[in-house]
Formats: sequence, C-alpha cells, structure tokens
Amino acid sequence: MTENNAKDGAYNYAYLDEQTKRMIRRAILKAVAVPGYQVPFGGREMPLPYGWGTGGIQVTAAIIGRDDTLKVIDQGADDTTNAVSIRRFFANVAEVATTTRTEEATVIQTRHRVPETPLGEGQILVFQVPIPEPLRMLEPRETETRTLHALSEYGVMQVSLYESIARHGRISKGYNYPVMVNGRYIMSPSPIPKFDNPKLDRSPALQLYGAGREKRIYAVPPYTPVKSLDFDDHPFEIETWQQCCELCGSKDSFLDEMIVDDDGKRLFVCSDTDYCERRRTPAEAAE
Amino acid sequence: MKPLLSAPLLSVRGLGKRFGARVACQDVYFDLWPGEVLGIVGESGSGKTTLLNCLAGRLAPETGSVTYDSAAYGPVDVHELSEARRRLLSRTEWGFVNQDAREGLRMGVSAGANIGERLMAVGARHYGDIRRTASDWLDRVEIERDRLDDRPTTYSGGMRQRLQIARNLVSRPRLVFMDEPTGGLDVSVQARILDLLRSLVGSLHLSAVLVTHDLGVARLLTHRLMVMQGGAVVEDGLTDQVLDDPQHAYTQMLVASILPV
Repeated sequence: MTENNAKDGAYNYAYLDEQTKRMIRRAILKAVAVPGYQVPFGGREMPLPYGWGTGGIQVTAAIIGRDDTLKVIDQGADDTTNAVSIRRFFANVAEVATTTRTEEATVIQTRHRVPETPLGEGQILVFQVPIPEPLRMLEPRETETRTLHALSEYGVMQVSLYESIARHGRISKGYNYPVMVNGRYIMSPSPIPKFDNPKLDRSPALQLYGAGREKRIYAVPPYTPVKSLDFDDHPFEIETWQQCCELCGSKDSFLDEMIVDDDGKRLFVCSDTDYCERRRTPAEAAE
Repeated sequence: MKPLLSAPLLSVRGLGKRFGARVACQDVYFDLWPGEVLGIVGESGSGKTTLLNCLAGRLAPETGSVTYDSAAYGPVDVHELSEARRRLLSRTEWGFVNQDAREGLRMGVSAGANIGERLMAVGARHYGDIRRTASDWLDRVEIERDRLDDRPTTYSGGMRQRLQIARNLVSRPRLVFMDEPTGGLDVSVQARILDLLRSLVGSLHLSAVLVTHDLGVARLLTHRLMVMQGGAVVEDGLTDQVLDDPQHAYTQMLVASILPV
C-alpha cells in the first residue's frame, strides 16, 4: 500500500465512488428529514467484515471532506483495534486530520458509546448499528414491523418493558435501550449503554446511524427530543456506581470494570479514554 | 339514554368473497343489533371463517359492504377505512377470539403482559395499574391470580382459551368475533368456557358473532342463527326456532345428525 491511496488514483476520494456517496447522502437527507425513520440504502461491500462498522464507515465516507477532523471510538476507547484501523483508513483514503480529542473533531464515528465531553453544534456523531430495528426481537416479520412503525403502533414495545419488570422487578435492559424520537418513531439507539441515552436528547450535534448488514440509515437532527421509554411508576434510570474512576477520579462518567490480575482484583476505570486522560493531565487540557 | 334499538351495530349487505374460481361466501345480508349474539353454523368449508374474517376486516371481500356503528366515529364502512383506523378499531372496540389460542396470544410473554397489551397499545403507562387490571381479569376468567407472571406455554388448553378471552375483553370491546372458541377442547372444559362466555356477554352487554360447527354451542350462546352451506346462507332466524323447527333440508340434516346422548 502506498502512502496515500487517494492521491495516486488507486481509490476514489473517501474510498466509495461518487455515485454511491450521492446515494448515501440522499438517504441521510431523508433520514434527517424524518427523525428516527429507517431509510433503506444500497449498502456496499467495505474492506472490513459486517459487524465491524460497515454501516458507520459508509456514512462517514459519504459525509467526510478534506476540512474535517475525524475521531473514531470503540467502546469509548480511541486506541482499540477497530478504532485505530478505521481512523487510519480515513486518514489514508480521505486525507483528513484525525484526533482523539472530542471537542476538536467534526466527525466522530462511534461504536457502543457517546463521548462524555458534551458535543457542540457543527459536530456529527456517526453510530455503527448492528440491528437497526428496535422491534426485531418482538416481531420477526419485517413487513409487520414496518407497518407498526408506519401506524405508530408501539404497544408491543411497552409489552417487552412490562415483561422485564414482571420478571426482574425493574426494566433490565442495559444497552440498546429503546427511545422515542420526536414523539413519532421508536428507534434503536444502537448498543450504547442506557447511561448515554440522556445525551441523545436535544443534543446540539447531528446524530447519524448506519447499519451495514441491514442497509438502513436513520438520524436524529440537532435539538430533537429523544425520550427513553418507561412506565410512570418505573421511570427510566441510568446506571450508577459505588466507585469512582480509579485513574482520574471521575464520579460521573461511565465506568468499565476490569480484572487486573489472576486473583480477581478489580478496577473501575472510565470507558471514555480521551475524557479520562484529559482529566489526569489538566495542564495539557488547558493549553 | 339511547333508545333500545337505535341502529344495528353491524350491518352486512351483499357480502361475497371468492378465492379464484371458488366461491367462499356470497350474498350475505344481516344486521347485528347491540347486545345480540349471532351464530354462524355449517359444515367445514362452508365459508364460515372466511365470512368472519371479512366481517372483522381481516380479508377484503369482492362484493358488498360491512358497516359498523363505531362509538368513536359513528357508522363506518369497515373496508373503506384506512388501515390505521381499522387496526385501531380492532384493538379498541373489537375483539377476536381464535380457535387456536396460540394465534391470539403472545406465547413468549407472561399472562399479565398478554392482558396488558391492549391497554399499553392505547397509552396506559402505569405498570401497577396495568398489573392490577390484568389480575382482575384473571379473576373474571377464573384463572388463579398467582399465574399472572407465568407464560401461556405453561397453561392448559382451556386456560389459554380463557386467557385469550381476557386479553380481548380487557379493552371493553363492543363487538367480539369468535371463531370456534371451544373447538379442540374436551367437553368439561368446553362447558366451563361456554358458561364463562355466556356470563361475560350478559354482564358486559357484548355483541358477538360466533362461528361454530357445534349446534350445542350455538344453542347455548347465540340468540340468532345463520346456517351456511357452500358459501351461501340457507336459513336464518332465532336460534331455538331454527334448531327446533328447521325449514331447509340441509338444516334438517344438521339437526338430525346430532347424536342423541
């Protein structure tokens, strides 16, 4: 592989050909116009397997330009294999600057987390989505789920929450917690922990969701209400921890539990590595 | 208060449905009045279930119309309604009891969730209230309250059928369609369900269209009877009248074929 594939003409800019990018952009525009609605698009083969972010990477490829600064996170971390590979991929084929700092990025592709640092206007958050259909586990027929969305018939979603309380005494769903977007469509927020759901609500950043295997794109435009489903007497709650982050001492970030030795010694640390590092080096952050 | 016989609840005019060249039912005319239970009897393949599905908006007929006097919208042509309206109607003002309870229940979730589904579909969002209503309904259909969190897979056939009835009646429908509600159940269980249905129909002032091939069931539950043969209604009238003094040759044969016990 040469230093820059886009320059020597081996690939089109940002890997996908222009027609494909236009098609994806049209899907994105429609998705933004109808918040929470799943827009089908012609998903392409990407140079990574399904489940590794083929949907997210196509959305990113369609919207990225040379002026953008890209951040890629996987489970909150900037330094995991998938994050590093996708970041390097776009640095290579789209000639973009990359960063790990949340506030510097214009496009953030993410899997399983929303950054702890609040997002601002002009930023775009691209989610990788494995199963875009929130009703899939309740209703296997695609024709039927589409009808349910079209007619806003969401009793069955509530049934699943009821069942969870009846069986476990609380709504036990911890990730991929269903949300109502703009009072109209129920949407799967992708497998982010429910801890991150409140960050989606009226976020100033644009949220784009790409599902590669199922070839669906959906979106939440800036400042759109996103409500996590619940019952009046069992309101939506986010996870809490007894501990604070072992490294930076944060009490209000999402913590990962890690086993650090063979004796089962456990450690709680921030899952958002950028947030954690910046808190540990405040001088650098102030620069 | 409204006059007793204001308007028919369901009014069927010239209904017909074919599957290719086969006629499933044709030229069906009837009115169903509030509080009335209409039975449709006939042998297998006589078009009873097709007719019921056409009435309930599950199948589109080729000819004729079904007019329902909705509490919310007034008289509406069931097949002219938008799908959204029709589905709303069928989960608020109507009920549908299948012969096979598995088709009418969600087998993967508890009895409470099954009963609560209609409530949640129209906006109930208080877990405690939904649960209380579900327990009350278990009582009414004579299932022990401690089975509330059990899945219908752990229920017997008769209990499943009673659960299906509760699930349909919880939204206080005005009209219930029943397709052989006691088919495939043993005789003592049948008797119990018939008893239950009869008291519920009376106490809730339900109207119902009941499809059955069992003349005993028809005798017990229905006020009026339509006899179908080969897709056509060959005789109709008050249940006792039809069964005690059948006029049409086919009805006479049906009545005569009941085994004397």
